[in-house]
Amino acid sequence: MSHGSSSHDERMKITLHVWRQKDAASAGGLETHVMDDVSPHMSLLEMIDVLNDRLSTQGKEPVAFESDCREGICGQCSLVINGQAHGPDHETTTCQLHMRRFASGSSLTLEPFRANAFPVIKDLVVDRSAFDRIIAAGGYVSVNTGSAPEANATLVPRDAAELAMDAAACIGCGACVAACPNASAMLFVSAKVSHLALLPQGAPERERRVVAMVEAMDREGFGNCTNHFECGAACPKGISVANIARLNREYLRAIAKGQPGEVSDEA
Amino acid sequence: MSAAHTETSARPGAPTPSSPKLDSKCPSGPMAERWTRHKFDLKLINPANRRKFHVLVVGTGLAGASASATLAEMGYRVTTMCIHDSPRRAHSIAAQGGINAAKNYPNDGDSVHRLFYDTVKGGDFRARESNVHRLAEVSVRIIDQCVAQGVPFAREYGGLLANRSFGGAQVSRTFYARGQTGQQLLLGAYSALMRQVGAGRVKLLPRREMLELVVVDGVARGVVARHLVTGELERHAADAVLLCTGGYGNVFFLSTNAKNSNVTATWRAHKRGAFFANPCFTQIHPTCIPVSGNYQAKLTLMSESLRNDGRVWVPVKAGETRSPEQIPENERDYFLERKYPSFGNLVPRDVASRNAKQVCDEGRGVGETRMSVYLDFRDAIQRDGAPVIRAKYGNLFQMYERITGEDPYRVPMRIYPAVHYTMGGLWVDYNLESTVPGLFVLGEANFSDHGANRLGASALMQGLADGYFVIPSTIAAHLAGRKLGPVSPDQAEFRAAEQEVRERTQKLLSIRGKRSVDSIHRELGLTMWNHVGMARTAAGLRTAIDQVRSLRAEFWENVSVPGSGADLNQSLERAGRVADLLEFGELMARDALEREESCGGHFREEHQTPDNEAKRDDERFAHAAAWEYRGPSEPEVRQTEPLVFDVVHPSTRSYK
Repeated sequence: MSHGSSSHDERMKITLHVWRQKDAASAGGLETHVMDDVSPHMSLLEMIDVLNDRLSTQGKEPVAFESDCREGICGQCSLVINGQAHGPDHETTTCQLHMRRFASGSSLTLEPFRANAFPVIKDLVVDRSAFDRIIAAGGYVSVNTGSAPEANATLVPRDAAELAMDAAACIGCGACVAACPNASAMLFVSAKVSHLALLPQGAPERERRVVAMVEAMDREGFGNCTNHFECGAACPKGISVANIARLNREYLRAIAKGQPGEVSDEA
Repeated sequence: MSAAHTETSARPGAPTPSSPKLDSKCPSGPMAERWTRHKFDLKLINPANRRKFHVLVVGTGLAGASASATLAEMGYRVTTMCIHDSPRRAHSIAAQGGINAAKNYPNDGDSVHRLFYDTVKGGDFRARESNVHRLAEVSVRIIDQCVAQGVPFAREYGGLLANRSFGGAQVSRTFYARGQTGQQLLLGAYSALMRQVGAGRVKLLPRREMLELVVVDGVARGVVARHLVTGELERHAADAVLLCTGGYGNVFFLSTNAKNSNVTATWRAHKRGAFFANPCFTQIHPTCIPVSGNYQAKLTLMSESLRNDGRVWVPVKAGETRSPEQIPENERDYFLERKYPSFGNLVPRDVASRNAKQVCDEGRGVGETRMSVYLDFRDAIQRDGAPVIRAKYGNLFQMYERITGEDPYRVPMRIYPAVHYTMGGLWVDYNLESTVPGLFVLGEANFSDHGANRLGASALMQGLADGYFVIPSTIAAHLAGRKLGPVSPDQAEFRAAEQEVRERTQKLLSIRGKRSVDSIHRELGLTMWNHVGMARTAAGLRTAIDQVRSLRAEFWENVSVPGSGADLNQSLERAGRVADLLEFGELMARDALEREESCGGHFREEHQTPDNEAKRDDERFAHAAAWEYRGPSEPEVRQTEPLVFDVVHPSTRSYK
């Protein structure tokens, strides 16, 4: 691994319109930067790194944006790119989006995920802690450490395990909310509800969980689902909107069985 | 492979550590009974009294989340902080391949003893036997716990759990959830943590960065943290502090670590009295996507599970220009299969990495930079069909294609080693307590279980072992065993620590130099990779020390940190972390220089066998080196904890 030069000599010119906003209380606006030395092998975030390096050297404040793993699994990166959450590529997080995807001469508008429940903190950084509060309301199996039975004591049909894994693959990035015209969090909530409802380990709390999570979702100010399915199209992990149907069924089933809603955790 | 089974008690007259602070507190007696006996000997705190104790946890990866949840379940009051916006983002999330456990479900001869043996041997006899045995023992319960939480592990059609093989083992003991095992285990621990947050038993503080450890009367009693959004400095007091803050791989700038991974929490604790052990033990992972340009921000790992089916090769001829499919079988060198017929492509990581470097140094590397080797699935696809390969590795193949633009179903992957994990860390005793009483260190942040090389799928095992099963027992030794007076964040020690943080922050903001934080970090990384990377020499290590020192001087004169300390300022965050890495890097090079042997991930070119294998020196170096900080004007002192092997007698590691 030499950190050294690459022999790719194609270079692209990209015009960036980046959302800048000092803090939650200030108004924001777009700021234009021309990048004329972009390698097609760069990721989009590496291009912003280059921009930020330039700004730092000039003593100007770099663009605040979030990322961590840069391999599409931590869910920290966000960005609405030319109007699309995580950009134009199917099942691809912003950090995995490479500049070879765009033509030289393109303009890219970079904005934060927008939703009332995701207030902007600064520039492209938003507060997604509402998701944590929804999980805290019921997105778990109540099992204290040490009390678990032998792992193979409960058989789980392979198909059920696979379907649960499909839903559990959610990275909690919030693209579903950013893409939805109602800023609904139904895909996120349905993924967790489905993951646990599909497994025998989740069965004892099945009704309680779905009601508690839906109520928490409503408290956070997310909108309702009106079947646009923009969430599924934007989801970088391919979480199916069929989970939303399952969430609705689970919720109705719980209400029909007389689940009263939130129950305090006395465990 | 034959295990040595002679069981002896600790030898009379066994060597003693160079500092009384390095008492490992390992129990004696038969290996398999030590943990049980130790737990019995530990003090207990009755459930009603636990709520009187306040535990502060820093970090929410596997170790921090599992410890926070478990301690809260037991009744302790817990405060947990993390640098991310949500505890679910911690870098454990990115672990791909799996988690080891001695369940022996495949009936292929596995046992707690074999996992113990493989781990001690895999660590090249530089880990503490008692710790490793405990790790192997609790491994089976980790799987039980995770399954009960709803972790969707891969299963067989009969509904039972599936296993696969990993490097350094000849049994299948690795449990997995597609290529996202770390994600699923972390989400399990995170859900357990959030359950306690929801119940009001854990106070969660996201977007906080610990910047100083506070020690009162010689005991760790809290931290100073910066609220990353408001810039406010906060003082948090507690009865015990747990650091679960991961490793220091980002000293290399380019690594498979997440961008925010850093050494700051452990380094600041080190400067408050916690010895730093074996910093030169770093793991270079063999299967990463090669570097493509000098703008590169990080490297991406491809799970080592790929080596189950992929075959590693380079052309026989140096300077080969043909594309891989044009190179006939007899002109390919499957160098791992050739040199290590019994383990083949599944040799441990250090061996695989070093061999890849060697063939590239011989001019036989492939790709544009000639700094990569092929990982070829052609034969596996012919044998099993593409759908089977897709089911096993689909997401990894997809990730590879996204980054490189090449389709691994058609052309061989190109891989090269990259820094991945750090075995060194803060020194801890058998209770996971550092040399600062009351300061515990869990997971990758400590040094304890992997010796000089970690086996694949063992990091997840260790993080969860420490958090779910070790600390909940051992923390009582401190809480019940010491008389802890009341503590308040208004005490002088807290105010002084906060003042130091404030001054350091102001200093960083006032330099207003010409170089970005990242450019200095990148230069540090290049020095570390060139001289403290896969192959090290005394001369190179001395060069590294000089370069790191002058870069550190330049940093404090010429770094540019725009903005203020009163809001979200990512440049300031990074500057603080790079400042610490610039100190840490020097210690790492010194540790590598002083360890005049090759073992595991530490390869000194001066110490190798005629066929280029690592040559250990058990006479001089069968010890953990733990560095003691003695203030800004004094050099660090290298203390030693001798390692005693009662069960697995040190032998030359051979995977042939």
